Parts: sequence; structure tokens; C-alpha cells
Amino acid sequence: MRRELRSYKDLPPGPITFETTRGFFKTGSWRTFRPVVELAKCKKCWICWKFCPDVSVRIREDGKGVEFDYDHCKGCGICANECPAGAIQMVPEE
Amino acid sequence: MVKKLINGNYAASYASKLARAQVIAAYPITPQTNVVELIADFVASGEMKAKYICVESEHSAMAACIAASATGARTFTATSSQGLLLMHELLHWASGARLPIVMVNVNRAVGPPWSVWADQTDSISQRDTGWMQFYSESTQELLDTVIMLYKVAESPDILLPGFVTEDAFYLSHTYEPVDIPEQAMVDSFLPPFDPPFKLDVDRPHGLGSLSMPHQWYMEMRYNIAEAMDLSRRRILEVEREWRELTGRSYGGLLDEYGTDGADAIIACAGTAASTAREVVDDMRKVGKRVGLARIRCLRPFPTEELRALGRRVPVIGVMDRCYTFGDGGPLFTEIKSALYQLRDRPLVKNFVAGVGGRDITMKTIEKMFENLLRIGSSGLDREKEWVDLKRPEVV
Ligand code: SF4
Ligand code: SF4
Repeated sequence: MRRELRSYKDLPPGPITFETTRGFFKTGSWRTFRPVVELAKCKKCWICWKFCPDVSVRIREDGKGVEFDYDHCKGCGICANECPAGAIQMVPEE
Repeated sequence: MVKKLINGNYAASYASKLARAQVIAAYPITPQTNVVELIADFVASGEMKAKYICVESEHSAMAACIAASATGARTFTATSSQGLLLMHELLHWASGARLPIVMVNVNRAVGPPWSVWADQTDSISQRDTGWMQFYSESTQELLDTVIMLYKVAESPDILLPGFVTEDAFYLSHTYEPVDIPEQAMVDSFLPPFDPPFKLDVDRPHGLGSLSMPHQWYMEMRYNIAEAMDLSRRRILEVEREWRELTGRSYGGLLDEYGTDGADAIIACAGTAASTAREVVDDMRKVGKRVGLARIRCLRPFPTEELRALGRRVPVIGVMDRCYTFGDGGPLFTEIKSALYQLRDRPLVKNFVAGVGGRDITMKTIEKMFENLLRIGSSGLDREKEWVDLKRPEVV
């Protein structure tokens, strides 16, 4: 939903953003470690997807597990820490 | 209608159940604990269909309420004193995000030294957070106000959070017969929460993102200011509806008693008002024209009501159960500022009393009235007076 904003009267009833601006900013370069998944070990429990604070774990279209959005993943390592199968390794960025 | 003998804390629990709160996140603190204990029982027994989230602090309790409210759930929490202070940052967040969370705060002194007794420092410290604030005088009023507050807070033109306070022990642990309204009646009064926007995976959008100085931050603050101003009228409307259903109402934002033709009145908030009522009755019987103005709602502030009162009454004593260091009692400074625009202003004097739960007795209040009647003719003696303070002996 796009609105013409001219005054306080045009604002939605709260600080909400209808369109995400995330696509404009690539923050992946902040990373020092990158998550790498070993698909053979992945149980497809989607725990990593649920826990990623940056919405950077994606479920693969072929359903074979997960992949990462390296344009936005900040390398926090939460996915690797939460993965019950040990399928995600954090490897140093070059 | 069922009458039950319950204390203020249980009245808060029943109110959250009657309002059909869907998510409760709370952390226990004396003297609030049995508010959330009873809710936990309701949820465990299935009597209340709600998600009860045990959290590790009050900061987290408010964070959980914020998240739940943002998805469109009706939320409730309760706290007191240090717990409320720990929530402070997120109180701003809740109002900024326009989430109508409802909370009960037990007014308890802030440490150190530790004190679990009545004092209003905790809630008054939250004046600028954008929360509506109601102070109750009775257990029944507490229960009724929580339900009314949901209706005000969730109004599409308001969308602001609010809390209702009860003085520690005077209300929180004192048992009174309370009318527990029928669920069907409350349902007819309070429709389900239906916010104009909510976090929804099918219609994704962001909540609370960045606003640059040239963008909309200032306008969003202005909208909060407008909503808070509008809430004054809404509070009165909702209270009228409640009175039609139950026969009970509490005087709107400023609850006046015996102010007609009064030579002096006392303004205060909380349970000390019920003691003051007794004193007003006794003194009126012997021909002393005194009255009471109870600040029922601190935010929004009853500015117009106080001005109307200030035009009629020549002397106002303001009794504060807390103090703003470096200034004065907070109700005192607020009331003075409301009255400043009047051409003929009444005398206003500050009594600081009952700090840390010290008893405010009828004798204490009677002495205040006597003093006010005196200064009505002789002029203001002292602007601020700490009442019943242990002072060094004067020889
Ligand atoms: S490392 Fe952190 S940011 Fe990157 S995918 Fe894992 S959880 Fe998300
Ligand atoms: S948490 Fe591990 S096992 Fe589960 S989906 Fe993610 S990578 Fe696969």
C-alpha cells in the first residue's frame, strides 16, 4: 500500500512501514563468519529458519534443506548454535 | 451478579479474565504477586483461555506484551515499584507503537531503603511515557476501571496503553465485597480487540522502523498527543456506558466530593481519598465547608475540570504520596500549572504525606483542612509541608 504523505493526518495509526526497505541495503559485508550448511545432515526441522534474527535463513525451493541470504546474514552464528543436527558450520570470511 | 469477598489484587485478576485478555506475561513482585498467581490458576484450570508467559523480568514481561499486542492479541500484565521502573524503556515503546496494552500497577515505594508499602513514586515516574494512568480508591473501582480502560485504549482513534494503580496493601491486600459482573455483560460492553493494523504474515509490514528528522517522527509524536487529548472525552463516554450497565461510575477524570461552596478542598490520588471523604463528612457536620477532589486520572490530566474547580474554590491543598526532588509534590506542580491560566487563582499548598506507606489518618487530614481554612484568611504560610515528619524537638 503506497500513500501520499503530506501531513500528520495522512499517517497510519502507528509507526508502521508498508513496504520493506531492506532490499535497498545490503548488510552482509558486516559478517566475519559465514554459515555453511551440510545438506546431507539437515533434518529440515527449520529451527535455524525460525531463530535467525535477520530473516536470512531461507528454505530451499527444492525442499532439500536451507540456504542463506548472504546479502543480509550478519554471521551471528545463532543458526549454527541452534541446529540440533550440527549441520551448520561457521567459517571465517576471507 | 456475583458478590465475592476479594482483595484488590484478585479484582485485577478477575478484571483481566472478564476482559478476555489473551496473552498475559508477568513477573512476580511484592505486593503484586497474587494478581498474576490467580491469573495463572485461571489459565491452568482452563477457566481463562489465554497464553500465560512466564518471563525472567518485568522488562521481558512488557516486551512480550508488546509483541503479542502487535499481532492483535489483547494483553495484560501487572507489576509494582522497581518492576515498573525496570519496564520504563518499554513503556515508551508500547505507546510509540500505539499498542493498547493494559496493566495494573500496585503503588509501592521505591528503594532504597527497601519498602513494600504504599507510595506513588513508581507510577508518577512514568508520566511521560504516553500511558494513560488511573488511580483507584476501591477494589470495585479497580476491577471496573481495568475493563473500561481496555475499551478506551483500544478505540481506533486512541490506541494507547494504560494502567490502573492500587495502593499497596490498602487495596492490594484488603478484602472487600466486590461485584464480579457477568461475563455476558462484559462481552456486550467490550468487543474483541480488532486493531486497524497488526503483524500478519499474510500482509507483511514493518513496525517501529527508523524515521529521519525530516520524515515523520515529529508528526507521529503529535498524533500521540492528539490521541491522549481525545482520550479525555472517550473516558467519559465509556464511563457513562459502564454506568448504564452496572449503575457504577467514579467521577470521570476528577472525582469531586463536597466541593460545592467549599472554602477549602484537598486534592489527592489513591486510597487516601476515602479517608478524606470521612473527614469531609465529619467537618461538614460541624459547619466547616471542606471538600475533596480526587485525581482519578493523571494522564490525560483533568486540566479543564481543575480550572472549573479553581474558579469556585479559594484554597486547594494538594496531598502528594511521593515527591519530585528538587521541585515539589508532583500532583502539586501539575495542579498549579493547570491553574496558572486562571485570572483569579486559588491559593495552592502542598502536603507531602504517607510517603513509604506511613498512615494518613483522619486526624492527619483534619489538621490539613484546619490549616487550609486558616490560610484562606491569613494567606499562605508555607508552600510545601511534609506532614507527620519526625522533626527535631523545638525548645
Ligand atoms: S549466522 Fe545469524 S544472521 Fe546469518 S543466517 Fe545464521 S542466524 Fe541468520
Ligand atoms: S536447524 Fe539444522 S537441521 Fe534444522 S533445518 Fe536448520 S540446518 Fe537443517
